[in-house]
Amino acid sequence: MTALPGRTEKSLGLVIDLDTCVGCQACAVSCKEWNSASGSHAPLADLDAYGAAPAGTFLNRVHSFEVTPPEGPAVVVHFPRSCLHCADAPCVTVCPTGASYKRAEDGIVLVDEAACIGCGLCAWACPYGARELDGAERVMKKCTLCVDRIYNDALPEADRVPACVKACPTGARHFGDLADPGSAVSRLVAARGGFDLMPEQGTRPVNKYLPPRPRGPSGQAPLEPLAAAAPGGFLGWLDRALDRL
Amino acid sequence: MHPAVSIILFTVLSGAGFGLLALLGTGAAGRPAGWAAFVPFALGLGLAGAGLVASAFHLGRPERALRAFTQWRTSWLSREAVLAAATFAVVVPNAAASVLLARPLPGLGWAGAVLAVATVGSTAMIYAQMRTVPRWRHWTTLAVFLAAAAAGGTLLAGLRWPALAALGLLGIALAAHWRAGDRPLGRAGQDAGTATGLGALGRVRPLSPAHTGGSYVLKEMVHVVGRRHARRLRLLAFLLAVVLPAALVAPGWGGWLAFAIAAPLHLGGMLAARWLFFAEAEHVVGLYYGRG
Ligand code: SF4
Ligand code: SF4
Repeated sequence: MTALPGRTEKSLGLVIDLDTCVGCQACAVSCKEWNSASGSHAPLADLDAYGAAPAGTFLNRVHSFEVTPPEGPAVVVHFPRSCLHCADAPCVTVCPTGASYKRAEDGIVLVDEAACIGCGLCAWACPYGARELDGAERVMKKCTLCVDRIYNDALPEADRVPACVKACPTGARHFGDLADPGSAVSRLVAARGGFDLMPEQGTRPVNKYLPPRPRGPSGQAPLEPLAAAAPGGFLGWLDRALDRL
Repeated sequence: MHPAVSIILFTVLSGAGFGLLALLGTGAAGRPAGWAAFVPFALGLGLAGAGLVASAFHLGRPERALRAFTQWRTSWLSREAVLAAATFAVVVPNAAASVLLARPLPGLGWAGAVLAVATVGSTAMIYAQMRTVPRWRHWTTLAVFLAAAAAGGTLLAGLRWPALAALGLLGIALAAHWRAGDRPLGRAGQDAGTATGLGALGRVRPLSPAHTGGSYVLKEMVHVVGRRHARRLRLLAFLLAVVLPAALVAPGWGGWLAFAIAAPLHLGGMLAARWLFFAEAEHVVGLYYGRG
């Protein structure tokens, strides 16, 4: 049913830290791997993988942006982009078949692949480009928040998180219930000023992004103060000796 | 947005077909009976039906198309499917009674007219509802689709004054749609800074895209069309869809032959206009790729 649940018991989702993400693509790769090999649904297609124009389905894509502040040097910000499991998900209400739905119990937005006609309308309706029509399966694919991991009793408890969260080497991805103000993810969002993507689209995303922290005093190289102090001892003698040459 | 041939054919052909069926239903083109009714009803049903068949080619899984009739409470695409089927269910008996029994059924005719107009309206709303595509989310989208159906219908029905009025409205609607849409995303205050939420920190510039290969999102939603190319095509579309048909059917010229030439010219022009409707429409996801 493509009517949205009025409210959900939980709002499971991700908090993505743009300060610590190093753009290594581990999340994108592990997502692809889990969602192709888990057996819960058809694998994510790779088309022309060894040919001239390889293309494939990914549920998570990591962009890189350059941000130049009014003063100080430019910084690079890596920016993972995936489904935000929106509370007012426009992708769900446009679906003509009921294949797209949002779960009332935990707020996860899913596609029933057996009911999808591959019309692509939901992908048009998503502002974030989070849905991709699979080139082999001809049905819509999207992030499932690893619904086949997080409730999976066959996995050790430490592994019952989305594959991207598990793979991230810098801990830039956090998983939890954003409807519970006391949860670790909610406290993180409050402490770091987590924000919504494209709030003007009215989607009310569950996932939040944490802004990069300010970087040092502007314009100063971090090693400069150390270099300024005159060294003593052997190094000082060597420095003075070299100076005299 | 990617201009898919199947959707362009569908919206143009079925729009004109439903327009003609609506006119036949209201009796605006008289209530033809017997074999005189065959050609207009066959034309209307044929165009509307051919459009619907073309639209199925756009689906990844056309064999499941029946499922699209279930979600009419929320989905404009589902409403369109239901309304199109309902239109056929009402028009076909009226057509059969008109042709075979020479007894038109005005009650069914009017019901069919209302349903046909509603079908075209719901097709337009599929696009007009998309907040992600600013060029579409505008009243001119609905106006263009309805005026095009009226113009196509009146030209096919051979009604001089209604055709001229509908062509006039179509001209205004097309011009207004192009004008309103030419405000690019950037001037609407959206750029990579607002899309990433990083704009408050400084100037945001895409440094490296998320992938070097192609993707469904890029192909489907980040179609780029040359500006000069688009301008020329707009002129051609306007001439073919509005100006030439109006000149041909204007008073003082020939009868049915003028309409027989004007109608296909108009449909050709609308195909070009509909191609632009898709090709020129920017989706906000392009902001993450430095477009828009
Ligand atoms: S991010 Fe896109 S696909 Fe995910 S719920 Fe929101 S609108 Fe739907
Ligand atoms: S592509 Fe599938 S999930 Fe998306 S709107 Fe169409 S039927 Fe629904």
